[in-house]
Amino acid sequence: MAVFVQQLLNGLKIGSVYALVALGYTMVYGIIKLINFAHGDFIMVGAYTLVFTIPLMVASGMPAWTAVIFAVVACVAVGVGVEKVAYKPVREKGNRMSALITAVAMSLFLENLAQVLFGASPKTVSNIFKISNITVGGVTLNGNTIITIIIGVVVMLVLQAFVQNTKMGRAMRAVSEDREASILAGIKVNQTITLTFAIGSGLAAIASLMYCAAYPQAMPTMGSMLGLKAFVAAVLGGIGIVPGAMIGGLVIGLVESLSKAYLTTLTGGVLTSAFSDAIVFGILIVVLLIKPAGILGKDVGEKV
Amino acid sequence: MIIPNIQRKAKNPLVNLIGIIVAFAVLVILVRTGVVSTYISGILMTICISIIMATSLNIATGFLGQIALGHCGFMAIGAYTSALITKAMANSNILVGAGAPNFFRFLIAIIIGGALAAIFGMLVGIPALRLKGDYLAIITLGFGEIIRVVIQNLKFCGGNGLSQGAAGQALVGISRISNIYVVYWITVVCVFLMYCFVRSRYGRALMAIREDDVSSGATGLNVTYYKVLAFTFSAFFAGIAGGIFAHYIGSLSINNFTFMKSVEYVIMVVFGGMGSLTGSIVAGGILSALPEALRRFAEYRMLVYSIALIVVVIFKPTGLLGTREFSLTNVLSRFFGKGKAEIKDGGQDE
Amino acid sequence: MSDTPVLKTVNLGINFGGLKAVDDFNIEIMQGELVGLIGPNGAGKTTVFNLLTGVYAPTEGDIFISGKRVNGLKPHQFVAEGIARTFQNIRLFKQMSVIDNVKIACDQSIKYKLGGGLLHSKLYWDEEQRVHEKALELLKLFNLDTKADFVASNLPYGQQRKLEIARALATDMKILLLDEPAAGMNPVETAELLDSINMIRDKFGIAILLIEHDMSLVMNVCERITVIDYGRTIARGLPSEVSNNPDVIAAYLGTDD
Repeated sequence: MAVFVQQLLNGLKIGSVYALVALGYTMVYGIIKLINFAHGDFIMVGAYTLVFTIPLMVASGMPAWTAVIFAVVACVAVGVGVEKVAYKPVREKGNRMSALITAVAMSLFLENLAQVLFGASPKTVSNIFKISNITVGGVTLNGNTIITIIIGVVVMLVLQAFVQNTKMGRAMRAVSEDREASILAGIKVNQTITLTFAIGSGLAAIASLMYCAAYPQAMPTMGSMLGLKAFVAAVLGGIGIVPGAMIGGLVIGLVESLSKAYLTTLTGGVLTSAFSDAIVFGILIVVLLIKPAGILGKDVGEKV
Repeated sequence: MIIPNIQRKAKNPLVNLIGIIVAFAVLVILVRTGVVSTYISGILMTICISIIMATSLNIATGFLGQIALGHCGFMAIGAYTSALITKAMANSNILVGAGAPNFFRFLIAIIIGGALAAIFGMLVGIPALRLKGDYLAIITLGFGEIIRVVIQNLKFCGGNGLSQGAAGQALVGISRISNIYVVYWITVVCVFLMYCFVRSRYGRALMAIREDDVSSGATGLNVTYYKVLAFTFSAFFAGIAGGIFAHYIGSLSINNFTFMKSVEYVIMVVFGGMGSLTGSIVAGGILSALPEALRRFAEYRMLVYSIALIVVVIFKPTGLLGTREFSLTNVLSRFFGKGKAEIKDGGQDE
Repeated sequence: MSDTPVLKTVNLGINFGGLKAVDDFNIEIMQGELVGLIGPNGAGKTTVFNLLTGVYAPTEGDIFISGKRVNGLKPHQFVAEGIARTFQNIRLFKQMSVIDNVKIACDQSIKYKLGGGLLHSKLYWDEEQRVHEKALELLKLFNLDTKADFVASNLPYGQQRKLEIARALATDMKILLLDEPAAGMNPVETAELLDSINMIRDKFGIAILLIEHDMSLVMNVCERITVIDYGRTIARGLPSEVSNNPDVIAAYLGTDD
C-alpha cells in the first residue's frame, strides 16, 4: 500500500509537469491550430538557464528556486522569438503542412543549437528545493514531490482564472473560437497570439523547474520525449481546452508511473516497465481513433 | 478533333533506360579500376537507401499529402526481419556462398522484410482514415516510437528480452551481403515501380484525396482503400531500404531508427519537392552524400539542415522541383534544340 | 424506360444532436426528369444532398437508387450505384489539371489493377487512352477541351462550375444532383448554364435534381418542384402550383435574405 501511494504521488508529480507543458501545447494549438513541436524544447531552454543561473542566485544569497525568473525570461524570449521568426511568416502563407514542418524544424534547430553550445553530455542542475521528507501515517512522502504537485496545481488554477476572467483571457478564447470574427470584434489577433506564446513558454519554464527538481539534469534532447508525452496529454484531455490539458497531464503521469511499477506483475512478466513509453503512445492512438476530440472535447463534423 | 495518343506522348522510357545502363557501366568501371573504394561504395549504398526512403515517403507525404514522422519504424521492421532471415538461413546453410546464393538469400530476405513492413504500414493507414494533418503526423510518430520500443526489448532482436526491460543491445553478425551492383539495380526497380504507381490511376487518386477527400468520395474514389494502399505501399519500400541497410552495416542498433532519422527523410522530401519523385532522388542523394563531404562540420550538420528547412519552407515551400519531374528526355531534347518533347494535348482550336 | 424511379426516398430524415435537419423527406424521380428542390436559406437542401450521396447516414427512412436500398453505403458506393453531384461551394481538385479532374471521376470504370499500374501493362495504356479520350470528349461538351492542361484553380469561376459538372458526368451516373449551380454567376453565365443542363439531359437521358434558392430560375427549367423549409416538405408539384402555394410564399417572404 505504501508503495502504491508512493507511485501515485510520483505519477501526480510527473503528471503535473506534463500538465504544465500540455497547457502550452493546447493554448498554442487552440489559437493557431499548430502543433508546436518546439514547445518541448522550451523546457530544455529553461533547464539550461537553471544550470547557469542557480549558482548565481545562491551566491547572491537568494534561494535556488528564484532562478526560475531567469528561466521564464529565457523561455518567453525563445518562445516569442520562434513565433515571430518562423511561425508567423509561414502562417501568413496559410499552408498547414508547411507550418507543421517548420515546427519540426524549429525543434530540431533548438536541440542542435544546444548541442553545439553545451555539448551532448548532461549537465547537472544544483539542488533546487531543500525540503525534508514528510511522514504521514507510516508513508514517507518526498518533499520535492509534494512541492511540485502544489506548484502545478496553483499554476493551473491561476491560469484557468486568467483565461476565464480577464480581458486578455477572453481575447485568447475568442481568437481560438473564430479568428476572422475576432478581428471584426476589434481584437488584436497578432498581439493575442504573441501573448499566448509568452504564457505557454513561461509555463514551460516553470515546468522545467519542477522537472529539474526531480531529475536534476539538462540535456539537449531532454525536451523531445517530455514534449511528446505532454502533447499526448493535451490530445487526451481535448486539444485547445485548458482543463483538458490538466486532466490529460495527470492521467498520463499516473499511467506512466503505475505502468512502470506494475506492468511486469500485471502482465505476468510479458511486458516490462520499458514499455511504459509505448503504452503512452498506445493511449494516444486509441484516443484518437475512438474520440479524436479528447475527454473534454466536442466532436465537430466537417461542413460539406 | 484530333485525340493524341497518350502512349506516344509519354516520355520515351528508352532514353531513361539507356541513361540508367550508362550510369551502371560507369559505376562498374569505377569500381573495377579502384576509383570507387569500399568507403565510397558504402556512401553510394547510403545514397541508394536514402533515395528509396525519400521516394517512398514522398508517396505518403507528397502525393497523399500526409506528413509521416515514423518512416524509420518501417525501415527498422524491414531491417530486423531481413537480418533475422538471412541469419537463420545462414545457420541452416541455405543459400550461403558468394555470388548467386548470397544474392538470392539477400533478395528473399529483403522482400519478406518489405512485406512485413507493408503490413505494419497498413496498420498505420487505418488511423489515417479518420485523421489527417497534424493528428496523423503524431500518430505516425507514435507508431514509430512503439515499433522502436518493442524491437528494443525483443530478445531475438538483440534486446534483453521482454521480461528483462532495460535498453536493448545491437543485433550483430548479419552477413554483409549488400553489394553496390545489386543495390543499384534494386534501387532502380523500386524507383521504377513507384514512378509507374504515381503515373497511374493510383497516383492520380492519391493526389485527388490530398486536394479534397470529400469530393474524392463524391466522384467515386474509395478513399479508404487508396489511403491504406498508400501507406502500405510506402512502408513496403521503407522495409526494402531497411533490408539493404542491415546487410550493408552488418549490425543493427535501434538507435539507427529514431524519430530524428525519420525527420531527416522528411527533410529530403521537402527539399526535393513534395510530389516530385525525381526531386526526392536528387535531394536524397545530395543530403546523404553531403555529410561525408563535410565531415569536419558534422556537429553543425543538423543545425544547418534545420535552418535550411525553415528557409525553404518560408521562401520556397514547393522545394527544389515542386511537383515537376526531371526527365532525361526533356534535357536531351532541349540540349539538341528540338524544343519541348511534350506534345501539347487539347485538340484543335476552335 | 422502366417504371422504377431512379431515385426514391421514403420518410428520409436526419437528426443532429436533437435538431431535425431533415424530416420525413419523400421524393421520386424517374429517368429523364428534371426536378427542382427549393427552399429558403438554411432549409436543409444541402443536407438532403449529403444524405443522398452518403456523406451523412440517415437516422430515419430509406434511400433507393433504381430500386436498390443504399442506406449506410459509403459515398463511392453511391457513385457506383449511379448518383453523382456537384457542390454548392465548388470543390474541384484545385492543384490538378482540368483533364485529371475528369479522369479521377472515371476511376471506377478503369479495369487495370495494381499490377498493371506498377508495370504499365498493355491494359494500362489501353485504359489510360480510353479514359483520356472520354475525358476530352466530356470537356469538349463544355468547351473546356482547349484548357485540358490548365491547373483547375486557374479557370474562371463559371468554367470551374462547368468543370465540376463535367467531372460528375464522367462517373456514368443515372441521376445528377446539382447544388446551386448558378450561385455567384452573372445572368449571361446563368443562361449558358441552363443551356448546358438541358443539353446534358437530352444527350445522356439522365435524371437531374437541382437545388436552387432562387425560385425564378427553377421555374423555367424544372418539370416538378419540391419545396422544403426547416427540414420539412411544405409543397410539391408543378412550378405553377408551387409558386401560388401560400405556404411557399410565406416561407420565402418570412425568411428570405
